[in-house]
Amino acid sequence: MARHIVARTTDIPPGGNKVVGIDGRDIVVFHVNGEFFALLNRCPHEGAPLDKAACVARLTSPEPGVYQRSRVGELLRCAWHGWEFDMRNGQSWFDPKRVKVRSYPVAVESGEELQKGPYVAETFPVHIEDSYVIVET
Amino acid sequence: MSDVIDRPTFEQEASAKTRLRIIDCDIHPSLHSRADLNPFLPKRWQEHLKTYGDHLRTPYFGTTPYPRSSPLIARRDAWPPTGGPPGSDLAFMRKQHLDPLEIEFGILQVLDLFIFSQQNLECGAAIQRAINEWQLANWCSREPRLKASILVGQDDTALAIAEIERCAKTGQYVQINVSPRANEPLGRRRYWPIYERAQELGLPLGIHVGGYGGHAPTGGGWPSYYCEEHQSNAHTMAAQLASLVIEGIPERFPKLKIVFIEGGFGWIASAMWRMDRHFERFRSEVPHLKRRPSEYVREHFWFTTQPIDEPDDGRHLRSLIEWVGVDRLLFSSDYPHWDFDDPRFAFKTPLTEAERAKIFNANARALYKL
Repeated sequence: MARHIVARTTDIPPGGNKVVGIDGRDIVVFHVNGEFFALLNRCPHEGAPLDKAACVARLTSPEPGVYQRSRVGELLRCAWHGWEFDMRNGQSWFDPKRVKVRSYPVAVESGEELQKGPYVAETFPVHIEDSYVIVET
Repeated sequence: MSDVIDRPTFEQEASAKTRLRIIDCDIHPSLHSRADLNPFLPKRWQEHLKTYGDHLRTPYFGTTPYPRSSPLIARRDAWPPTGGPPGSDLAFMRKQHLDPLEIEFGILQVLDLFIFSQQNLECGAAIQRAINEWQLANWCSREPRLKASILVGQDDTALAIAEIERCAKTGQYVQINVSPRANEPLGRRRYWPIYERAQELGLPLGIHVGGYGGHAPTGGGWPSYYCEEHQSNAHTMAAQLASLVIEGIPERFPKLKIVFIEGGFGWIASAMWRMDRHFERFRSEVPHLKRRPSEYVREHFWFTTQPIDEPDDGRHLRSLIEWVGVDRLLFSSDYPHWDFDDPRFAFKTPLTEAERAKIFNANARALYKL
C-alpha cells in the first residue's frame, strides 16, 4: 500500500474538496465535519465527476410531511442524475448492494511524523508545524 | 460486484470503440438574460414585456410549478466559469460537450422563457421569432455543428406558418418545433395547416416535452412532486402519439416526419399494441385510417433516446429497443440538463456496431438531411 501526501489540511476548507491525480486516477478528497474522505472521482452510473456533486445531508422521512436530516454534508449527490453516496465509504444510498464508489483510506498526520516517511509522490514541501492529508492506495 | 461499477474507465471504452461521431438530437442553449433577445425583438414587444410582463399558461408566476432537482434543472458541473446559466456559453459547451464527446452535429432545442406558454399569442410569436433569429446569430453562425429548429406556437396557425416561411427561406433550420401542451391535442384539425406546410418543405416536425398548456400536466390532475410530474413527460407524449396517429396525420400527410424529443421510448411498444388492438375493434369509428396504427408509427415517427430507461436487468432495455425498432431511435443527451445521458455510458445493454451507427448517427443524418 502506498501512502500519498495530497494536501495540507488547510488547503481543503470545510465543505470543500480537492482533486488529486494518483497513478493515473483522479481521486477527490473531501473535508467535512472535521474529517477527510477520499473517493474515486467518478460516478459509477455515467461517469460524472464527483467533485462537482452537492454535499447534502441524509434525509429520511417516516411519513409524508415529516422529515429528518442527519450526517449533514456527508452524503454526496451526484451533479448529474442525483445518485447519492456515503462519503465515508462510497456506498450508494439507494442501491447499496449493487453500486459503490471506490473509496480510499485517509489519514491526517503532522509534518513532524511525516518526516520519518516513507511516502511516494511527495509533491509537498513538508513543514513540521503543519498537518497533512494522506491518501492510501 | 455489479456490472454498473465494474464498467471500464472512460479512456478504455473510448479507445475500444471505433470512432463513431455522434449526432446529438437534443442540446439546450440558454440566454444569458432576456436582454439577449432585444436585438431581435421589436420595440413594441420590448415595451410590452416591460409594462405588462409575461402572461403564461402556468399556475405560478415567474417560476415553475415544481421545485426542480437542481438549479435551472442543470448538471451542477455545467455552469460556465465565465458566469451565466448552463448552456449560455458556446466556448464552454464546446469544451465540456461538443469536443470531448465528438459531437458531429447537435440539434438545438430552446426551452427558455416558457416559449410555448405565452397566453398572448402575438407576444409568444414575437418571442419565438426572436429566439429563432438568436439561434442563428449566437449559435449556428458561430458553430456549424449546431443546427437550429424553427420554434412556432401552433395555437395561432397563421402566425406559425408566417414564421415557418420566414425561417425556411434562410435554409438554415432543420426542423419545425411545436409544443406537446397546446390548447388541443396535436392531431386536431386546427393544426393541420402547419403539418401540411412542414410536409411541403420537407422539414421534420419536432415535439420536445415540457411546458404548460393551461391544463394539468397529467390526465389525472396536478401532481404533488417534481418526481411525480416528471413521469408526465412520457404520459403527454403517449397522448400525443395516439392523437396524431388516430386523427390520421400520417394518412393525411404521408411524407411528414415527426420526432418526439425527450419523451423516452419505453412506452411506445405498449402504445402501438394497444392502438392496433383497438383499431381492429373500432375501425369503423375511424375509417380515415387505412393501416394499423403501429405501421404509421414505424414509418412516420422517430424518438430520441434520453432519458433512457434503466431497468435492473439490462436485457429488458435491449427488448425495449427491439420492440420500438433501431431505425426509429435518435441519440440525444439533453445537455446541459441534470438528466443528461452520456453517449458512452447511458445504454446499459450491448449494441452491435451497426445498431450503434444507426442510433448515434445514421438515423438522424438521414432524417435531418445532415
